[in-house]
Amino acid sequence: MSYVIEGGTGAWEVVIGLEVHAQVVSQAKLFSGAATAFGAEPNTQVSFVDAAFPGMLPVINRECVAQAVRTGLGLGAHINLVSRFDRKNYFYADLPPGYQISQYQHPIVGAGVIEIELADGSTKSIGVTRLHLEQDAGKSLHDQHPTKSYIDLNRAGVALMEIVSEPDLRSPEEAGAYLRKLRTILRYLGTCDGNMEEGSMRADVNVSVRKHGEPFRTRCEVKNVNSVRFVMQAIEVEAKRQVEIWEAGGAVDQETRLFDAARGITRSMRSKEEAHDYRYFPDPDLLPLVLDEAWIAELKAALPELPDAKRRRFMQQYGLPFYDSAVLVAEQATADYYETVARGRDAKLAANWVMGDLFAALNRTGRTIETSPVPAAALGALLDLMADNTINGRIAKEVFEAMVDTGEAPGAIVERKGLRQVTDTGAIDAAVAAVLAANPEKLAEYRSGKEKLFGFFVGQVMKAMAGKGNPALVNDALKRQLG
Amino acid sequence: MSLDPATVRRIARLARIHLDEAEVPRLQDELNAILGWIEQLNELDVADIAPLTGPAQMALKMREDRVTDGGLREAVLANAPDRAGDFFAVPKVVE
Amino acid sequence: MLTDLTLAEASAGLAARRFSAAELTEAHLAAIAALNPRLNAYITLAADSARAEAADADAARARGEAGPLAGIPLAIKDLFCTAGLRTTAASRILGNFIPPYESTVTANLRRAGAVFLGKANLDEFAMGSSNMTSAFGPVENPWKPRGDAAAKLVPGGSSGGSAAAVAARLALGATGTDTGGSIRQPASFCGIAGIKPTYGRCSRWGIVAFASSLDQAGPFARTVQDCAMLLGAMAGHDPKDSTSADRPVPDFAAACSRSLRGMRIGIPREYRAPGMSGEIEALWQRGLDWLRAAGAEPVEVSLPHTKYGLATYYIVAPAECSSNLARYDGVRFGLREDGADLTELYERTRAAGFGDEVRRRILIGTYVLSAGYYDAYYLKAQKVRALIHRDFTEAFAKVDALLTPTAPSAAFAQGANMDDPVQMYLNDVFTVPASMAGVPAMSVPAGLDSDGLPLGLQVIGRPFDEETVFAVAAAIEREAGFDAQPAIRAGVAP
Repeated sequence: MSYVIEGGTGAWEVVIGLEVHAQVVSQAKLFSGAATAFGAEPNTQVSFVDAAFPGMLPVINRECVAQAVRTGLGLGAHINLVSRFDRKNYFYADLPPGYQISQYQHPIVGAGVIEIELADGSTKSIGVTRLHLEQDAGKSLHDQHPTKSYIDLNRAGVALMEIVSEPDLRSPEEAGAYLRKLRTILRYLGTCDGNMEEGSMRADVNVSVRKHGEPFRTRCEVKNVNSVRFVMQAIEVEAKRQVEIWEAGGAVDQETRLFDAARGITRSMRSKEEAHDYRYFPDPDLLPLVLDEAWIAELKAALPELPDAKRRRFMQQYGLPFYDSAVLVAEQATADYYETVARGRDAKLAANWVMGDLFAALNRTGRTIETSPVPAAALGALLDLMADNTINGRIAKEVFEAMVDTGEAPGAIVERKGLRQVTDTGAIDAAVAAVLAANPEKLAEYRSGKEKLFGFFVGQVMKAMAGKGNPALVNDALKRQLG
Repeated sequence: MSLDPATVRRIARLARIHLDEAEVPRLQDELNAILGWIEQLNELDVADIAPLTGPAQMALKMREDRVTDGGLREAVLANAPDRAGDFFAVPKVVE
Repeated sequence: MLTDLTLAEASAGLAARRFSAAELTEAHLAAIAALNPRLNAYITLAADSARAEAADADAARARGEAGPLAGIPLAIKDLFCTAGLRTTAASRILGNFIPPYESTVTANLRRAGAVFLGKANLDEFAMGSSNMTSAFGPVENPWKPRGDAAAKLVPGGSSGGSAAAVAARLALGATGTDTGGSIRQPASFCGIAGIKPTYGRCSRWGIVAFASSLDQAGPFARTVQDCAMLLGAMAGHDPKDSTSADRPVPDFAAACSRSLRGMRIGIPREYRAPGMSGEIEALWQRGLDWLRAAGAEPVEVSLPHTKYGLATYYIVAPAECSSNLARYDGVRFGLREDGADLTELYERTRAAGFGDEVRRRILIGTYVLSAGYYDAYYLKAQKVRALIHRDFTEAFAKVDALLTPTAPSAAFAQGANMDDPVQMYLNDVFTVPASMAGVPAMSVPAGLDSDGLPLGLQVIGRPFDEETVFAVAAAIEREAGFDAQPAIRAGVAP
């Protein structure tokens, strides 16, 4: 089951650690009062603090601290009552002060754990080393001018949580599962929107390879990979590259690389060639961040039910299998939707409808669960129409499609289209008699022992009744008349 | 600990200050004089002392999460040595 | 002459309508026009805006709304950002930087009604003890050695322009900043009073940073009382500065007349450094006698880590400055020297923009923070800083204030010590420890040396007890009866 790369000298194991930069959900930036909204006109969400004008000073945003604490609690991690901000010094065009305010020696959150679910149904615990708060940099645009880069500082100073994993991941699949799970937890907590396209979640991927049982070999850091798929691809190609180097008798250089998605390769990052010496030291413009235990308890009490707990509850309360539960809790909105549909109804049937017809409809219409054309209450009403025998399951599918198309309530569709199922035994008997009369050969075959034809007769009767016959009554009438 | 010319060049590079090669020996002497004088701290045993970052003996105050700043594009860009439209401009950076 | 008034006298005169703010400002502008070309105390004059502010002050007074400093003409160290008024930090690298914002301290002074005459000269980025490192040229100390009118002495530094302007009557008071002695040493060299308040007393917001954990704004004036009035207006909690102390601002001016009876004044024996000049030692002794006469009891105390203060300072301050000055990169404001690529642009801009002393300190700071040296230098310095801080805490358990000399010598000649950075740094030997501990310290003029040059005594107080510092300094001022005047001053230029 384990993922290996078969090389000429044997099998290679891949060792992966992820550093995820998650943009904190907040109105204003970590150390300035400028806005954080995505997509604003260039340099309109910039304070003089963000642009590092002379004499400007940072003041920390309480909500960003709260978000880091919530995330730490959500990862079951230790919250450090005293943490500190350090300066990471380096020059870069989109880093106005020449340093990033980060937490180096004393992060706000210590060790935690994330449980990931794999395709074979197994789970694995991945260690989280730490979580710390830091500032994002601005954005350099390299494609606006032939010889110049343009700098937009809107993003400069936005709060990030850097969440560092232990090197516990062993395959692209595990890395993908880790990222998806982390994203789910962050979205549940409301601490990061997890939107990788807009860059609010980015991953630096540390990859090395080794023979089984060996200590770690040299790792490379693939920077700023911005989708789960790219992270998995980057690991695959980077691990292969390293195996080739080792097998050719070479040695992997510890370096920072970029993933080129278009070409499917990683390449050395020219701007990071120079050996770094970040000269971290405590930021003298800030004081130690001291958290109040009562405040942490308050934040903890207000945490939502998290995906793992919700999954366990779904399995227990609704009797759902592991897989269904895991799918339904992946997004808070899906879980909420499901619970609205399942409440007081057949929970397994509800899960089948949500994961089957609903997901298919969302896919087809390009909608999300939040903008679903069929609200949860309406899907529930549809299930009720089945439960009280107003319609049968086959008609329910037809009604559902009409609901997707028109947004109408299921009852109204049933009435308008006359889809109420027929339970009049007289009408059913008549339809059965007509079908038997119209198919004398099949009837003869059935009576000579070909009992498989029962299904054929059911189909014909239902067809004759435009699908509206109550299946149980149709079965009864057929059995009776077939003798 | 005394600085050799290579170290002088390396720290100047880290600090992004261009040095003419002719300046290196003089700077090396000056910096070594200062560092040599600083060495007197080695007389002290501070192994068990907790470091003091600053004199302010208080915890960090936190501000509320409200947008109170920004929307200053003209003022932010007004002093720029090279402004391109709504951006600061620098020589092209290759990543 | 209006320019000879103390700030308190001028304030009283304005209140009594004996003269207007406009007249007071004109008198100072005239003195500046006559003497600044020689003294170079101001980098940028703000004559037009000063006249407008004076008119505003007169109008406010007419409406009965005059603030506590209404119409008082001041010099502002050119390290404070002033909205719409060029701010240089005495460096080429800031170019023609026009701040779009006003520092909290100067905004507080404006709210109190003060008139800003212009931006005062300083050592580049406040790094220096002589004002010789200014990109806008040195400042001439208005004092002359007896019998040598041609001598050009330094005003001290880094707030040399502020101190010289106040001494020469080119302002009634001035703002300064003090990182290791930059208010107290020039106050001593120029025969005026100046206080570095407790770290956190004045907001650092809008002051061009040198070393964030040490920088603190404070006032200069010709009397202790005047300093107290200015500090009262400058100080106060500022939510924009995380290191600003959230404490009420006491009535500093009232503290100047407090009795010293029963007060214990510490004499730190480690300040009696070998090689201290007999004149300084004698002055220190006279200071003790005056305090005893005022009812205080001198007590010998020990600040055992005093001798390590300077070396510690010259790790901590450069380390912080190397990071604080990284923002001067030619991208968003200030000087830019073009380069083939971004790195070359940075290196050329910063080489052209920073002077020798700033460059030296950035390099030292970069080195002491760099991989492999952090523990040996920076971390060690922070630990020694903790010891220095503890020295003061222990001393202040026994005494209410400390008395020391401000500087090891009187003003020296321009050009002296320039080829020996360490010798120059030794000027701050008495002032740096209080900076490291963040405690308030004031220099008050106490006498003249044998050349007729002023010497100051330093009063150091407990954290946030500037009131005791003012009380002790005011007592020294009264007892010393220091009434000597500099050779060059408004209306007098030999």
